[in-house]
Amino acid sequence: MGETTLNGFGAKPARPSGIRGVAADWASDQRAFKSASWGKAMMWIFLLSDTFIFSCFLLAYMTARSSTTVPWPNASEVFALHMFGADIPLILIAIMTFVLISSSGTMAMAVNFAYRKNKGATVALLLATAALGATFVGMQAFEWTKLITEGVRPWGNPWGAPQFGATFFMITGFHGTHVSFGVLFLLIVARKVWRGEYDRGDRGFFTSRPGDYEHVETMGLYWHFVDLVWVFIFAFFYLW
Amino acid sequence: MVDATPRMERDIPPAEVPELELYHPKSWWTTYVFSQDAKVIAIQYSGTAVAIGLVALVLSWLMRLQLGFPGTFSFITPEAYYQFITMHGMIMVIYLLTALFLGGFGNYLIPLMVGARDMVFPYVNMLSFWIYLLAVLVLAASFFAPGGPTGAGWTLYPPQAILGGTPGGQSWGIILMLVSLILFIIGFTMGGLNYAVTVIQGRTRGMTLMRMPLTVWGIFTATVMALLAFPALFVACVMMLFDRVLGTSFFMPALVEMGEQLSYGGGSPILFQHLFWFFGHPEVYIVALPAFGIVSDLISTHARKNIFGYRMMVWAIVIIGALSFIVWAHHMYVSGMHPWFGFFFATTTLIIAVPTAIKVYNWVLTLWRGDIHLTVPMLFALAFIVTFVNGGLTGLFLGNVVVDVPLSDTMFVVAHFHMVMGVAPIMVIFGAIYHWYPKITGRMLEDWMGKFHFWVTFVGAYAIFFPMHYVGLVGVPRRYPEMGEAAFMTAPVDNLNAFISVAALVVGFAQMVFLFNLVWSLRFGKEAGPNPWRATSLEWQTPTTPPPHGNWGDERPVVYRWAYDYSVPGAPEDFIPQNDPWPDKPATRAA
Repeated sequence: MGETTLNGFGAKPARPSGIRGVAADWASDQRAFKSASWGKAMMWIFLLSDTFIFSCFLLAYMTARSSTTVPWPNASEVFALHMFGADIPLILIAIMTFVLISSSGTMAMAVNFAYRKNKGATVALLLATAALGATFVGMQAFEWTKLITEGVRPWGNPWGAPQFGATFFMITGFHGTHVSFGVLFLLIVARKVWRGEYDRGDRGFFTSRPGDYEHVETMGLYWHFVDLVWVFIFAFFYLW
Repeated sequence: MVDATPRMERDIPPAEVPELELYHPKSWWTTYVFSQDAKVIAIQYSGTAVAIGLVALVLSWLMRLQLGFPGTFSFITPEAYYQFITMHGMIMVIYLLTALFLGGFGNYLIPLMVGARDMVFPYVNMLSFWIYLLAVLVLAASFFAPGGPTGAGWTLYPPQAILGGTPGGQSWGIILMLVSLILFIIGFTMGGLNYAVTVIQGRTRGMTLMRMPLTVWGIFTATVMALLAFPALFVACVMMLFDRVLGTSFFMPALVEMGEQLSYGGGSPILFQHLFWFFGHPEVYIVALPAFGIVSDLISTHARKNIFGYRMMVWAIVIIGALSFIVWAHHMYVSGMHPWFGFFFATTTLIIAVPTAIKVYNWVLTLWRGDIHLTVPMLFALAFIVTFVNGGLTGLFLGNVVVDVPLSDTMFVVAHFHMVMGVAPIMVIFGAIYHWYPKITGRMLEDWMGKFHFWVTFVGAYAIFFPMHYVGLVGVPRRYPEMGEAAFMTAPVDNLNAFISVAALVVGFAQMVFLFNLVWSLRFGKEAGPNPWRATSLEWQTPTTPPPHGNWGDERPVVYRWAYDYSVPGAPEDFIPQNDPWPDKPATRAA
């Protein structure tokens, strides 16, 4: 969506392609990223900062796990569900991952329809994304409940290293909070699209800035990021 | 067809981005309190930072009273001494220096220097300040909480930070400290995103990155570093908070306290040190880089000469910023990590000396054969160079493992980092305030008070910290409220300690002259006019002084040149403002 002219930010002017184009952009005045609005640039930088937070959490978890002297609980047993008369390892997590990845698909479609100014489809897809996100958080709540009833606590658990519960609740909790806030903002953006606020350029309640359809894409950047982080949490926490 | 527009006007691309629509305040509250104007936010940030900084100054007096005259003041117990140390360090490093450089100078100077009307997200910028204020209030609240503030040392090392033997460890102190830090980081992130995006995406026509004043480069690079380094502190704070409140064992190994086995087990205290210093070392440069940038502009302006090696200066800032992320474990040589790590981190640490030395040489070469005006800002800038070189050289000592091991945890380390990270940036802050106060208020600071303030502060700082190196070399450990059984070595040390304490009190009181000057000159200072230093950068070319909301009146300035056109041969004056198209429209601007 580099060619958008929303938000009053003009399309990028003609310039050399490839590496020369990059050099020309950075040597130019006014803007270094010629196709990014302020909002989009801010979201990218915020996500970079947030990446460092999640990286630190995951590195702390890896340190705890690889330096512990007591056994680490076996993920495929701990996270198994007893269904249809058998213990199926990781089944809940598999479904959760599927749900969240699907929500990225609906989000991407919502962005596409937003730039076509197709209000109905955009709202429907945003609501679908929010619903999938809420489902994910709901299943996470179920998972937490199950583990808590089995005796997992931040300070200990029946199977081994106490850091298992501590890192699990901290990291999935921090990610779940990100998803929850995402759902909240998805609903807000969906409401704004539905009421036509982006068509009219209504001013935000707090910022008094005119809104436009680009907010859907900025929202999408955040949502895809939260998704991507989950892939790493899934790989390092559940599959290791 | 003859194109009548001047050549340079033609060469500058048209505006790509429409004007920032400003929020126009409707009442006194939204103009001066809940203001979205970066300049007001800057003054709010600075005022808050200085206010809490004064608390830290008083704490340093109390510490010096104890060290200089041990046993004389019965209210300074060892517990209280540790609380003073902790709060002094944390307030000075984070709530004063970081907030003042980025929140204060960043907010005031970035939009003006790049020719923007305001920060790109004024509302978020306002939130940044209010969350910072909340963080300061939470921190200050710990002085009144039961058990008092935390006495864990400013590095908050676990396990002692959250154990009962440390002041505040099992009461409110440590909790309030961690919550305050978390709030600070959230607030800073909101401001930091603004500073970064304003520099990358919000410049005026003609303002390329390589035409920006070095002040902007320093603050911008420091902001990006802070956005990447503070996450590590955030994570460390969250985890320690869980250790303290929920009973997790991230940082807590199995422990016996007072003969009783605690419920902790299996955590890694070293992990905290890694997270803390992954933040902590970049933090040194988060404070230093804005100082580097500002001092470059002060020297160039007050020596009437272009900065020597501008490109090198920019790249040195960027390279120092990048390298500072891979040196953190030089704070941990004695923590018991693998010796090979020490080798690696010592090497990277010493490599940082190269770009830093480039900067120092360039400052000196800028001064060389310059028309040096010994104004108060220039005096402070020169003091910075001297102090920074001194502090930097002892840094080379401490960066080497074999030298660091015996010196670690002595007063030598205290002297080193106060020289390089305390005195040097503070010198720049003073110089910058004397330099930009006329733009902020329209009046000059009183000169004789400024000179008095400078000489007492400069000589006094050396009187404090030079002897402290010797005290450390003799072997006096840091963090000890008194020498106790080790008193055998203290005949010369006692005298020196008393001397240092008296000097510290004198320097402290000299700051009161400075504060008085700030208030007095607001009313009685000499009228400054728009550009008293005859400087080139854009903030001096605003239509009115102080700059109005929106900074530029009807039209944003167009930039034709870099910020360092001083004493250009053939030019009608010895400076050419950045928005002056000379020689196309030979304009001597007396605006």
